[in-house]
Amino acid sequence: MKTPMLQMFTVAALALAATTASAKDREVHVYNWSDYIDPTILEDFTKETGIKVVYDVFDDNSLLETKLLAGGSGYDVVVPTGPFLQRQIKAGVYAKLDKSKLTNISNMWPDVMDRLAKYDKGNEHAVNYMWGTTGIGYNVAKIKAVLGDVPIDSWDVIFKPENAAKLKACGLNILDAPDETFAIALNYLKKNPDSKDVADIRAAGEVYSKIRPYARSINSAAYINDLANGDICITIGWSGDILQAKKRATEAKNGVEIKYVIPKEGTYMWFDNLAIPADAKNVAEAHEFINYLMRPEVIAKASNFVQYANGNLASQKFVDKDVLDNPSVYPTKEVMGRLFTISPYEGKSQKEVTSVWTKFKNGR
Amino acid sequence: MAETPTSFAKASPSRWLIVTIPYLWLVLFFAAPFFIIFKISLSDTAIAMPPYEPVFEGFASLGDFLSKLDFENYQSLWGDSLYLSAYLSSLRIAAISTLLLLMIGYPMALAMARAPSTIRPTLMMMVILPFWTSFLIRVYAWIGILKPEGLLTAALHAVGLMAPDQQVEIYRTDYAVFIGIVYSYLPFMVLPLYSALEKLDGTLLEAASDLGCPPWKAFWKITFPLSLPGVIAGSMICFIPITGEFVIPDLLGGPETLMIGRTLWVEFFGNRDWPLASAVAVVLLLALVVPIVIFQNQQQKVR
Repeated sequence: MKTPMLQMFTVAALALAATTASAKDREVHVYNWSDYIDPTILEDFTKETGIKVVYDVFDDNSLLETKLLAGGSGYDVVVPTGPFLQRQIKAGVYAKLDKSKLTNISNMWPDVMDRLAKYDKGNEHAVNYMWGTTGIGYNVAKIKAVLGDVPIDSWDVIFKPENAAKLKACGLNILDAPDETFAIALNYLKKNPDSKDVADIRAAGEVYSKIRPYARSINSAAYINDLANGDICITIGWSGDILQAKKRATEAKNGVEIKYVIPKEGTYMWFDNLAIPADAKNVAEAHEFINYLMRPEVIAKASNFVQYANGNLASQKFVDKDVLDNPSVYPTKEVMGRLFTISPYEGKSQKEVTSVWTKFKNGR
Repeated sequence: MAETPTSFAKASPSRWLIVTIPYLWLVLFFAAPFFIIFKISLSDTAIAMPPYEPVFEGFASLGDFLSKLDFENYQSLWGDSLYLSAYLSSLRIAAISTLLLLMIGYPMALAMARAPSTIRPTLMMMVILPFWTSFLIRVYAWIGILKPEGLLTAALHAVGLMAPDQQVEIYRTDYAVFIGIVYSYLPFMVLPLYSALEKLDGTLLEAASDLGCPPWKAFWKITFPLSLPGVIAGSMICFIPITGEFVIPDLLGGPETLMIGRTLWVEFFGNRDWPLASAVAVVLLLALVVPIVIFQNQQQKVR
């Protein structure tokens, strides 16, 4: 992308951006996950700063990644998950954050910053927005009807084919996020969840292909409503998504009771982070927006709304008691010890993961 | 024939312009994008922006650039049976859908063409009316109808055709895909059929009837052969886009619904393998263009 023609275009675009930015309407283009913020936060931000927020959503890391890699996405703030962040930094997608403009960074949670540094050395490109776990969400009444009065606290509930067969009747969804699902299966098999070994990846794939005949759906967004409506009864899913399904079911008063568990074998811990693409046009506004989200009372409001833990330690005194004390959202120290992270798949291991996962999805 | 190729060559500049514009259009919006995709299909993936290499950086390094291109991606298309079965499955779904569309669309078009001319505009309007709502919303509406806790289940429970503890299992299966495709493409089948049937000379059928030909025989001997151009046009307009359809199988289909549009999506987004995704697209294009061209040549010979 280094042809003179393109450079000329870039200069022209920058000149244009400069003239429009000097006009009174300042803007920031944000690309975040769906159902991931309290909309009033955006309104408050505009009221306070006069910066208009153009807010757009995605439901899949690959969508974000493809837009970023193609270049010229037009976004100023994006929210990639850990391993994706790491690979995108390597591809040269992000600008370094100007820490002098992020005055609220002292509010961040050192433990989360440390874990995030695994993906972004020295925390140079990103700050954490929310973090959570990938566990099991289920419809209490329907699961009791098909499995009987057994405790739901292990991956066995889904991964044992004889159990999965019983779940077929009321609807099982598998989360469509191969990066995480492979790590979870490897951990379940008592192997290293971060293994990039082809034989291990195939072994993890086996876990899923054995239960494939019993899965009603494989998705990473529609399952929130499906669980809330009773269209599915159990799913591998992200903590906050399942708590949102619970909230929607309660609001709809449809009699559906939903629970989330972190299985005792342990599970994947993920981090969604705020970062600024290198080709962002409104860099100053992007920093202002990120800095605003690092205010304790603001990010606490977001956590209360979306039911996810955030990476802001100072915000915890503003987080609702039922969110902060909920071990599904803020796990206990003991459970934290069983949570793991992984590094990104690359080249051969990525091809293997996608190939195994595609075959699994197609039921072959 | 007053016009000969020589007199055409001497024609006025404005005439040239009229002839050139469609070609210019084809070069700009078909040939150029196709060439770019073909070029990407010969490169390799990389962790970079854009996620493939080599990237064309000017004519000075053209030789170096060309030397890095290869047909590796096409080889891996052959190497993995997934792609072949995705192509075949797409063609199968498109063929079945087109057949269903013909079976439903033909009687509709025939009824419209035979209707009194006063109500024809109203009927025409009813066929076009769904276009006033977004295609995406109409496909979403089918989710609401077909899902287990959806309207169809509720309706069947209400009339007592289904036991209260049962639910319809159509959503996220191939059946839902067929329903969605047939529903969405029906106007594209009905309209060409209608325009062919409307032009049909009614006196031919009267003559057939006078000579003692029963109506069903008259249909197969006269109406259907004369409507063949409409049948072919409608089938082509439906078959080709259905083969590459992504939205309907993605929204209504189950995880096992195998279509090339979805395979392409996974390669492009999930795998970040733009070169391989491009190779899939090139092969799909060839798989569709070659038979169409052969077919067209055949048609011209018949005429």
